Amino acid sequence: MTAPIVQLVTSRFQYPDSFTLARFEATGGYQGLRKALTMTPTAVHDEVKAATLLGRGGAGFPAGVKWGFTPPGVWPRYLVVNGDESEPGTYKDRLLMERDPHQLIEGCLLACYAAGLSQCFLYIRGEMALAQTRVAAALNEAYAAGYVGRNILGSNFSVDIVLHWGAGAYIVGEETALIESLEGNRGMPRLKPPFFPAAIGLYGKPTIVNNVETLSNLGGIIVRGSEDYKQYGSETSPGTRMFAVSGHVCRPGVYEVQHGVTTFRELLYDDQFCGGIRDGNQLKAFIPGGGSSPWFFEEQLDLPLEARPVGGAGSMLGSGAIVVMDDTTDAVKACLRVVRFYARESCGKCTPCREGTSWLETILQRILDGHGRPSDIDMLLDVGDNISPGPYPAASWEAEGLAAVPFPPKQTTICPLGPSAVAPVVSAIRRFRPEFEAKIRRRAIGIPVRVEEPTHV
Amino acid sequence: MSRLTPQNEAIALEIISRYPRKKSALIPLLHLAQEQDGYVSDDAMVHLAELVDVTPAEVIGTCSFYEMFKREPVGKYLVNICTNIACQLLGAEELLHHAEHALGIKAGNTTPDGLFTIEDVECIAACTEAPCLTVNYRYFYKVDETDLDVIIEDLRNGRQPSRKAAETGPDGHIPPHGTLALQRQHIPADRAAGNADPDSAPAPAWLEQP
Repeated sequence: MTAPIVQLVTSRFQYPDSFTLARFEATGGYQGLRKALTMTPTAVHDEVKAATLLGRGGAGFPAGVKWGFTPPGVWPRYLVVNGDESEPGTYKDRLLMERDPHQLIEGCLLACYAAGLSQCFLYIRGEMALAQTRVAAALNEAYAAGYVGRNILGSNFSVDIVLHWGAGAYIVGEETALIESLEGNRGMPRLKPPFFPAAIGLYGKPTIVNNVETLSNLGGIIVRGSEDYKQYGSETSPGTRMFAVSGHVCRPGVYEVQHGVTTFRELLYDDQFCGGIRDGNQLKAFIPGGGSSPWFFEEQLDLPLEARPVGGAGSMLGSGAIVVMDDTTDAVKACLRVVRFYARESCGKCTPCREGTSWLETILQRILDGHGRPSDIDMLLDVGDNISPGPYPAASWEAEGLAAVPFPPKQTTICPLGPSAVAPVVSAIRRFRPEFEAKIRRRAIGIPVRVEEPTHV
Repeated sequence: MSRLTPQNEAIALEIISRYPRKKSALIPLLHLAQEQDGYVSDDAMVHLAELVDVTPAEVIGTCSFYEMFKREPVGKYLVNICTNIACQLLGAEELLHHAEHALGIKAGNTTPDGLFTIEDVECIAACTEAPCLTVNYRYFYKVDETDLDVIIEDLRNGRQPSRKAAETGPDGHIPPHGTLALQRQHIPADRAAGNADPDSAPAPAWLEQP
């Protein structure tokens, strides 16, 4: 049976004025902040730790534990909010910033209070003009009302939240690249380990980088307590998570579901969510966690929406982005489009990624154009192996006797962007190799054509 | 074109004041320059270099990394059509081809009358509303070829778009290229907690035991 729908972070989306201070205050807003100020910072931190709030940006690391990684006695510490949502298929942080900016601001304040962070930078993706407008307006309201700034609500807690905005670069969603960008530089990732941002981050000082959805959960956790929070979701992944389901489903949408309980099948097929595949078509494949994740198929539908089982099955839950492909989808074309994204967005710092992603795109393009060579499939896999050596994570395929290769991939690059480009290549070749071979031999493939070819180019 | 106007220089100084290190303000300042002129001019970059105490080469180094910054004029309307996977699955490439045909230019180019620039862009976080596009970063959802024709026709005739964008200016029109947020953050002096200087900020007062 499908777990009941619970709205924790999207509870105000129903109101047309959800982004205003008046609506926020009328619906329990800033009560978490008020309560926290009656508690010690350690008690607030402990409450978040007890809630096992897993990071919603992709890596899924518990926020409370991350806050504890800052070295003692090194000041100041900073909070950087990652609102640079750009992973293909991901659509949740923009909604949270546009529709409930005060909920995010309250989360920032709670994190700063609990972890002793002296200044907060809220980095919003450059293209998101409305989110920037709404957050700027909300910050101005919150400052005027005494919720942000000096001596918040009359206490000795003082912190500024500075709105910052980017200018179009996917890589800046990687936390060290985000910090570089915030320092006014080209957004290229820093080498880690040994030093993670919690130890050496913004301006070389301890820095916590948290995702928008993660922070948006904090107010509710403090108001209602971690025990209440943990009644939702599974034991290891409590609470709820937002999932954007796009592509060939009847009702694409952003759904908040119980974390680790609801399954892919329920989310994709249940009438209260996506209502199945469009036009009564069959499912061909789905991307479970954004463009960077290896593809899943029919066999993986009954997995719960939880990081560990999804990782064990060969992919990742990532940033809550599910892209569904029905049987009219051309696997080579879809694979190329995802790969092209990484080729375009590679920052160029590491050679295997800079060169490899471009070559993957070039080879896939020529296969799609009908100029593929028989050696191209092996070459694609070889280029992928140079970026991400060893068996690449992949879903099991019982009919062919192929076992799952668990996540994550190995990498010869500083950040995971390069390995991400290998995911669609390995996924598509492993499962749909005959489609690649047919294109290389310039033979017809049995894909039902739905969208007409353009009449003009 | 030009350096920042005195009004914009005042805004720039306010933005700079919110960061412990001046260079951190660079991306917001490049946006300010682009808002003023519609693109980022060489003179503006020299001015920004003076404002944040770096060399002009460092400014162009940062500027050239980010695809939103245009170093030459673009059309009055920047039409960004997403063709990434979620949009592609629902016909975005065909939509892009239609736009190219309708405007007589390939993606990446500007119409001779200077009205439209088309770009083939990556995921813009509206995947459940595919195919989608933005005009000067204002969203249009579930756009088909007819919708696109109407949007182009409205903009060409200086009309407010009849197919509603997610956000328009106070006059109902799409703001010019370069204008992002319609409201700026302003921290009142009497409410500011102040910057946390990386070299000298003390332990936060609220962590100390009473």
